[in-house]
Amino acid sequence: MTKPTRVTLFIQCIVDSCFPEVGEAMVKVLERQGLTLDYPPDQTCCGQPAFNAGYRDEAARLALHYLDVFEHAEVIVCPSGSCVNMVRHHYMELFAKDPRLLERAKKVAAKTFEFTEFLVDVLGVTDVGATWNGEVTYHDSCHLLRGLGVKDQPRTLLSKVRGLTLVEMTRSDECCGFGGTFSAKYPEISEALLETKLANIQATGTGAVVGCDMGCLMHMQGMIRRRELPISVHHIAEILAGEE
Amino acid sequence: MLKQDPLQYRELAAKAVQDKQLHKALGKLRDKFGRNAVNLYNQLSPEHDPRQDAKAVRRKIVDNLDVVLETLAANIRARGGHVHLAETGEDAVEYCLGVAKRFQVRRVVKGKSMLSEEIHLNDALEAAGIETVETDLGEYIVQLKGEAPSHIIAPAIHYTREQVGELFAEKLGEPYTDDPPTLTAMARKALREKMLGADMGISGGNTACAETGHVTIVSNEGNIRMATTMPRVHVVLLGIEKIAATLEDHDILLRMLTRAAAGQKISTYVSYVGGPRLDEEPDGPEEFHLVLVDNGRSRILADPDFREVLHCVRCGGCLNVCPVYMAIGGHSYGSPYCGPIGAVFTPLTQGINACHHLCQGETLCGACKQVCPVDNDLPRMLSLLRFKLANGDARWNVRPQSLPTKLVFGAWSVIMRHRRMYDAMSLLAGFCQRLLPRKNGWIRRLPGPLGGWTRGRDFPPLAKKSFARRWARRDTTRRDA
Repeated sequence: MTKPTRVTLFIQCIVDSCFPEVGEAMVKVLERQGLTLDYPPDQTCCGQPAFNAGYRDEAARLALHYLDVFEHAEVIVCPSGSCVNMVRHHYMELFAKDPRLLERAKKVAAKTFEFTEFLVDVLGVTDVGATWNGEVTYHDSCHLLRGLGVKDQPRTLLSKVRGLTLVEMTRSDECCGFGGTFSAKYPEISEALLETKLANIQATGTGAVVGCDMGCLMHMQGMIRRRELPISVHHIAEILAGEE
Repeated sequence: MLKQDPLQYRELAAKAVQDKQLHKALGKLRDKFGRNAVNLYNQLSPEHDPRQDAKAVRRKIVDNLDVVLETLAANIRARGGHVHLAETGEDAVEYCLGVAKRFQVRRVVKGKSMLSEEIHLNDALEAAGIETVETDLGEYIVQLKGEAPSHIIAPAIHYTREQVGELFAEKLGEPYTDDPPTLTAMARKALREKMLGADMGISGGNTACAETGHVTIVSNEGNIRMATTMPRVHVVLLGIEKIAATLEDHDILLRMLTRAAAGQKISTYVSYVGGPRLDEEPDGPEEFHLVLVDNGRSRILADPDFREVLHCVRCGGCLNVCPVYMAIGGHSYGSPYCGPIGAVFTPLTQGINACHHLCQGETLCGACKQVCPVDNDLPRMLSLLRFKLANGDARWNVRPQSLPTKLVFGAWSVIMRHRRMYDAMSLLAGFCQRLLPRKNGWIRRLPGPLGGWTRGRDFPPLAKKSFARRWARRDTTRRDA
């Protein structure tokens, strides 16, 4: 696609309501690329929580809302891999039986991008001019990695950040155990997965983990805070927005 | 045998996550088998993904199953074998008992059959006064322990060798050792005696080939060759879907099976069996029976949404990469088929309501799809099972699982479609959260069903100003400037 000049933001519900600073960090990075941003105020959630729990009719209503809100955008960028995966793949399942809606969904899905994917694959930018001093490790979120195939883009962006060293952890692609409502419904299992993930992060000796999805990151941070572990958690936008 | 119940998933899983011995035992799977499988796929062909070939082969076979099964049956009968199509598990068990009775069987040696676990064949044989001995080392270990297998291809993977040493010392009266070759020798000695005195062999089959009329059994120990050739009668139990049409298709599947299962290009032993001993042959059974078991499979076949699960070749690869399986082990699933494949296959054959934990107790991370040699989309099917649980489904006799949850998601979807309502609810929630205990800003305890989260993790509070409000203010500031 031709390089866009105007970007529409999709700030998913968790970032909007709990981590607005992550949205602002993304705004900063995108504006530094000379892009004009707009934010449709009616947006809320892509419907993923309902979809994953099996409530597809309810999710489809939100999917339709997303289409209404974003239909006229040139390109849509979101700081979350799992939300983009929902739009790109699961909307097709939801609207499979309605050709008219399916057509609309395909068009909107084709212009919805995850933040790092957008920077690297669409804009062709790998160095956003950021500085961040220290070592970090990177967690591959499941839906970003296996749903969207985004693996190298965040690593490339991090490698160009001045002062930053990326140290890979063991099994960076293994699930942290979040899984939406799963985490509250099956806490014993969810916590066991998270403990393994945190142990792998700590084994890198970096003391900092970076990811592209606030679902995973809030899950990790939840246990880090409860156990007062010396690990700091960052959305990649916050790192890429870092200036000297 | 301990009773298995998928409804106990949560309790069993909660216990298993604390089991250090289990995690030590499972460690080798996590780092060896699963990852090796993916590496081996990549070596097969640089141009394209061999999983797609295997998927196409499996789809073609499953879509034409009636014809393929008829061909297999005709070719086996032409060689003097007997073929029986069992609609249910009971039917298959009854047939096996009938054969055993006719041969006045007193001891059965068996192995390599998850299907016999599915239909509870061992219990039925024992109840009929027939001694039943598993000959696969792993299956022998779990049988001595009175347990079910905990992995599709590595039934005793949940044991460390120290535990096996203790078990053999107790049950076989041998001195304790944890040296694997010595332990294997002990089992070999005990099993040889059993095999020499057996009247009947029962085995599963990893796949079969309709064109040639043979069943293929892969193993790394070789015991199964003796169990299938030495006794007077050999019965093969095979799920109706585990079949290939042509030898070419069969080879594609066999190659992918061993790679996905254990990261092997081929296994140590591959046995092709397909009939009784012929006059000029030195060994083999007097009679050969193939029992093709349906037991709910044709119902799956009739549903286009789930038909794909019948493509499964039972390699167990999805278990080896599943973080949930690694944390809770195979027994927590309460079903012979555990891990991601069990979480889809078991509900479809044993009832979706009765297995609701299996459908809901995973993270949908997708690692199982990535490693599957036939590219089965297990996360898609898990998600669809959840849809059936949420809304009920007459075709699969599913009752809606929770009306309150349905109402909550219904209300949530209304609020989320109206930004003003969403903002009003956020305001209300922002006020309510002040009543919740906090530490360093994060919430220590959430109420109601959300309490599961705060059992071991803190929860983020709502921000004072949402992104939307911050953005609106920024726009105003800009206009003023």
